[in-house]
Amino acid sequence: MITDEIKETMIRDLAKQGKREDGRGLTDYREIRVHKNYLPNAEGSAMVEIGNTKVAAGVKFDVVKPYSDRPDEGTLTVNAELCCLAHQEFKPGPPSVDSIELARVVDRGIRSAECVNVKEFLLEPEKALGLYIDLYVLDHCGNLIDAAALAALAALKGARVPRYEDGKLIRDEGTQLKLAHEVTTCSFEKIAGNLVLDAVNAEEVASMGRLTWAVCEGDFACAAQKSGRASFSKDELLNMLDVAFEKGAFLRSKV
Amino acid sequence: MAKKSDIQLVKSDGTRLDGRSPTDLRPLKITAGVLKQANGSALVEWGRNKVLAAVYGPRECFPKMLTNPYRAAINARYLMAPFSGNEEHSRSGPNRRSQEISKVIQHVFENLVLTEQFPKTMIDICIEVLQSDGGTRIAAVTAASVALADAGIPMRDLACGVGVGKASGQLLADLDKGEDNFGESDIPTVISPRTGELLLYQMDGMLTREEISRGFDLATEACMKVHAKQVEALKKKYDTVLEEAGSNGE
Repeated sequence: MITDEIKETMIRDLAKQGKREDGRGLTDYREIRVHKNYLPNAEGSAMVEIGNTKVAAGVKFDVVKPYSDRPDEGTLTVNAELCCLAHQEFKPGPPSVDSIELARVVDRGIRSAECVNVKEFLLEPEKALGLYIDLYVLDHCGNLIDAAALAALAALKGARVPRYEDGKLIRDEGTQLKLAHEVTTCSFEKIAGNLVLDAVNAEEVASMGRLTWAVCEGDFACAAQKSGRASFSKDELLNMLDVAFEKGAFLRSKV
Repeated sequence: MAKKSDIQLVKSDGTRLDGRSPTDLRPLKITAGVLKQANGSALVEWGRNKVLAAVYGPRECFPKMLTNPYRAAINARYLMAPFSGNEEHSRSGPNRRSQEISKVIQHVFENLVLTEQFPKTMIDICIEVLQSDGGTRIAAVTAASVALADAGIPMRDLACGVGVGKASGQLLADLDKGEDNFGESDIPTVISPRTGELLLYQMDGMLTREEISRGFDLATEACMKVHAKQVEALKKKYDTVLEEAGSNGE
């Protein structure tokens, strides 16, 4: 957006001095609000607001055929929609690369920490539960990854697994979904050589690149993604990881 | 699929199933200038990976809306052939995985290429994975880097990649497919050897801070070996050019 682009020099000058337009410290989050069970028709749901950014997550189960290389497991699918109502640059059509990346980074954190035990999803031979997490970006005011990951966590945490009877799912009955780990992400933008957590749109425009760490309790890193043309040193990588561990406890306390 | 912990990927003497030590790379062969039509090209044969990269450009920007008045646009396209795996036939063309990989590969070269020298143009990097064996995105970056140099496109550095990871509790360099599929963690890493900084970094699995730190060092060490092979491949191309020039002159 043009109003974000004209701020580029100002944002960079501020970042050089360790400052931000809205007065936050470099590793401060905006205010975070989590609305659990926001859409009760879904088996699990949440709406997360980080500042003005809004992302809703919905969890649904269906009966699926297991993948051929994992015949005794259910499936986990994460999809992200950059809804047209969320930003003037979001257009209808096939999923953009940005939405694919968003979904895959959130997916990678949940999958590698084995948060959900998909082995418990086998119903009978050739039939298993498929768990779908849909991330709906409703207002894009920066840092979609962290908002989407938090929404996914909040939705999973309150999700119920439907009861399976005579080949059908009974969605309003069921058991609480068990989560082995709670994964949160921290995304940093590199602006004028400084690393900025929870960037707003103008900061994302001014940024040379992003690094996201997904971590879980016990201080484990479970996924990472570098994006954009910036490069990062080893010290920067580890410093960001330390912040992600520290903020992880804070983010988990929000859900 | 067997449980991750069921499969012993590192033997009691510390060697891996294919006999490599934790820091050894698989056999790596890089050939520059293998395609006639492209402005630059490279073939990387790494373990059983076979990855071809071709570079076209700088040329007119297409689609036009990607034109940047200040620099060249870079367009990287990573694709896997339907017969590249040892599983069932897969669909050709891009999928979600390949689109994400194309994106992060593109970022590597947006960093390295002196794009400001070619405003309003586009540099296309086309990568085809003909056979896959774990670490294809790394092989792709390695090939694309040599192809760009072969095309004579000015760059700050050659990008060197390696997939490090953890299998059977051990940090290993250059994971093969088995170690990737049955191991605990995988960290595709691309480094700029001149600065030692990360150009591509992705990770999955559960690792501690100490393992992340050691993984970085392991990757840096392995990347230097890849870098040496890239330089060798580029020099070798000019050996043959010199020979041809010499024989024509007589």
